[in-house]
Amino acid sequence: MRRELPALLAFGAAMAAIPLIVSSEYLMTLATLALYSALLGISWNILGGFGGQYSFGHAVFFGTGAYVNAVAQVRFGLSAWAALPLAVCGGALVGVLIGAPVFRYGLRGSYFALVTLAFAEVFRVLANTFDFTGAGVGMMIQLKPGAGQFQFTDPSGFLWAVLVMVMVGLLASLWLRHSRFGAQLVAVRENEDAARALGVDAFRVKLGAIALSGALMAAGGFFYMQKFNYIDPPLGFGASVSVEALLVAIVGGIGSVYGPVVGAFALEALGQLTTALIGKDPALSVALYGVILILMVAFMPSGLAGLGEKLLRRGERGR
Amino acid sequence: MLRIERLTKDFGGLRAVDGVSLEVPKGGITALIGPNGAGKTTCFALISGFIPVDSGRVEFDARDITGMPPHRVCRLGMVRTFQIVQPFASQTVLENVAVGSHLHRARRSDALAHARDVAHRVGLDADIDRRAASLPIARRKRLELARALAVEPKLLLLDEVLAGLNPTEIDEMVPVIQGIRESGVTILMIEHVMQAVVRLAGYVWVLNHGALIARGRPDEVVLEPAVVEAYLGKRAASTYRTQAAGAGI
Amino acid sequence: MFADSILWPALLNGLTMGSVYVLIALGLTLIYGVLHIINFAHGSLLMLAMYLVLMLFQGAGVDPYAAIPLLVLAMFALGYGLQRFVISRASHARDENILLVTLGLSLVIENLAIHFFHSDPRSLETAYSINTVDVLGAHVSVPRALAVAGALVCGAALWYLMARTDLGRAIRAVAKERQGAMAVGIDVRHIFAMSFGIGLACVGVAACFLLPMYYVSPHVGNSFVLVAFTVVVLGGMGSFAGSIIGGIIVGLVESLCGLYLGESLSQIGVFVIFIAILLFRPLGLLGHRA
Repeated sequence: MRRELPALLAFGAAMAAIPLIVSSEYLMTLATLALYSALLGISWNILGGFGGQYSFGHAVFFGTGAYVNAVAQVRFGLSAWAALPLAVCGGALVGVLIGAPVFRYGLRGSYFALVTLAFAEVFRVLANTFDFTGAGVGMMIQLKPGAGQFQFTDPSGFLWAVLVMVMVGLLASLWLRHSRFGAQLVAVRENEDAARALGVDAFRVKLGAIALSGALMAAGGFFYMQKFNYIDPPLGFGASVSVEALLVAIVGGIGSVYGPVVGAFALEALGQLTTALIGKDPALSVALYGVILILMVAFMPSGLAGLGEKLLRRGERGR
Repeated sequence: MLRIERLTKDFGGLRAVDGVSLEVPKGGITALIGPNGAGKTTCFALISGFIPVDSGRVEFDARDITGMPPHRVCRLGMVRTFQIVQPFASQTVLENVAVGSHLHRARRSDALAHARDVAHRVGLDADIDRRAASLPIARRKRLELARALAVEPKLLLLDEVLAGLNPTEIDEMVPVIQGIRESGVTILMIEHVMQAVVRLAGYVWVLNHGALIARGRPDEVVLEPAVVEAYLGKRAASTYRTQAAGAGI
Repeated sequence: MFADSILWPALLNGLTMGSVYVLIALGLTLIYGVLHIINFAHGSLLMLAMYLVLMLFQGAGVDPYAAIPLLVLAMFALGYGLQRFVISRASHARDENILLVTLGLSLVIENLAIHFFHSDPRSLETAYSINTVDVLGAHVSVPRALAVAGALVCGAALWYLMARTDLGRAIRAVAKERQGAMAVGIDVRHIFAMSFGIGLACVGVAACFLLPMYYVSPHVGNSFVLVAFTVVVLGGMGSFAGSIIGGIIVGLVESLCGLYLGESLSQIGVFVIFIAILLFRPLGLLGHRA
């Protein structure tokens, strides 16, 4: 594990240096959004890539983070920094609440994907119904610029903030690669019965994974709220966030550590390219993402990171 | 070490295991044999907690473990392997075995070191960095064995660990199994390969149609009429008896 | 007697909507029963079919019910092509991949629809769509009443297809025992594609009955996806009779929830049923283990 830290720090330093090198606010926002996307993908990857449980409703954790943040600030007057741990814990808690019955009854594969979608929809309908969460109108947090309010006046503040979250996510992924828990999680993914026969408590392991994944995703929701100051049921619990998380992870490379980062930047770049070519059309971009998803599954199942690994190996063999 | 009493399991209308009672003494190799469909693997699944017991009792190391989930049974010291090998396909041999090592080792480096050691004992050094999915069947069987050993069990339940191997491969595996016994692990094995059973097992239990039909030392049990009949059918069994009588056995 | 009750119209509402759910679910059940695919694109394909019906009506004056044969043909061809040339090729027959491929398809279809049709809901009105039929004191619009008839006819037609024709026998063989079917010379890939095609043909029929009593927008698919899956899972994966029962039940639950809990919470009953079934009785009411 210690061997991986230099690379991680180098990555962090490189990203942190962006505001110092780049002066264009536009490019900084792009980098920030890419990192935010990466965070979503890293979260999905923990449950889907390492754990092998494909969630189609990951927005349930995102929306929880965003709404807990909003409610904590607007209804209870807490500061953003105080709301952050609450949001993250909320995500983990929802993970456990969903995971406990779902894993207890052994839902896997397509059924797991469907049930997570159903949970996201339930949360969406609930958020839409109660005035406490703003119902259909959604919730807005007051504009209070300043680092103390987690609403940075300088865009580099947001970039560094999300970068810290991404680093935490990457650290968690690396830990999975080099820990007993991670080894057990992968074993359960590969063959649950064999893992159980070797003493792995599959239920506990999967629950841990979904809680960790939910916590990170909720952090993403928290960040979204701080950056855009507004959340409503479709934004928080809708399909677009769920799809974004899984797309980034798959394009980047399921089960790899840095894959989601690669995927996020690649998709961001692609988005900019299509905007340049055909103008701003969110629908067409998403349609394109759908095509990419199909193509990735068909031709590049290990994602861009997998492709990179293959090229690296070929390069080594050539020597 | 292991005692099961009147273990029974029904699947729908079919009684797969019918009041089976047997004992496995500590430190030896005990075999569970019987024709296909006799209920042997079902017994293993019942003993190790993979399927719920309808009635009966499983006692391991003087402790009632009936109905305990597999991971807890494993932590008490009993490990089972699977008839159809279940490797962690995308992981290397080392990583596969390490999952077993992790039961008693929390640190990754400790588990990997131990796994390397176990793989060496079982003769998997050459394959240690190969992906499990790329191994031929004989090596996969060894991997299954190595993984189970890495848990450092007191009792090892081997389910047809020799099935699908050619005679050379069987000859290579037998000493490995003997080595495991010599290191202090008790073994209960389901096996079809009779020559191996006779060479390895100190005591044999015979199952047919879910019920116990014979028990004893391997060389005696193999000649028992009920056992021959179970494997070969009534007509073949009587032919065999006639021939044996004619030959003065 | 029922004239003053608010319950009776709600029940009828549930029954008629449920009939549409049955139509949608029949196709999904066939696809799952034979190919063991959870078709995520089912909702967006329904939406596509509905736009097709709308365009035929607005462009060529074709009555939605008259359009049924056209939709059946078009959707069948689409389904056959999608399964044979896209889904099976892209997913390499792995379950997790099929999930992702059908998700990708739904994204493409839905967003192309947003691009071309924009997000405003559209509906059509025929000469008779505001006419009603009196059922024991409650008024049921003609399109809704026709939906019930449509579900019955479609269900019967599917039953006949599966039970009495050679194609149906081949499909059942493949559904039950893939390898064995191959061994007796059945072209499994062709049967898969046929099944997907028939499944989508059902969706085409559903669209013809649904549009006159509802509306279409690019997001309509999403609303129906989970409901369709709930019906299939409730009825029992792979059981047609189950889909029929499930569809009616889901329609009724949704309507009653809307009546007693309000419009926004009407769908929650459906989702809760879905989750509960998956957790506690995954085989559903009439399902059988594969």
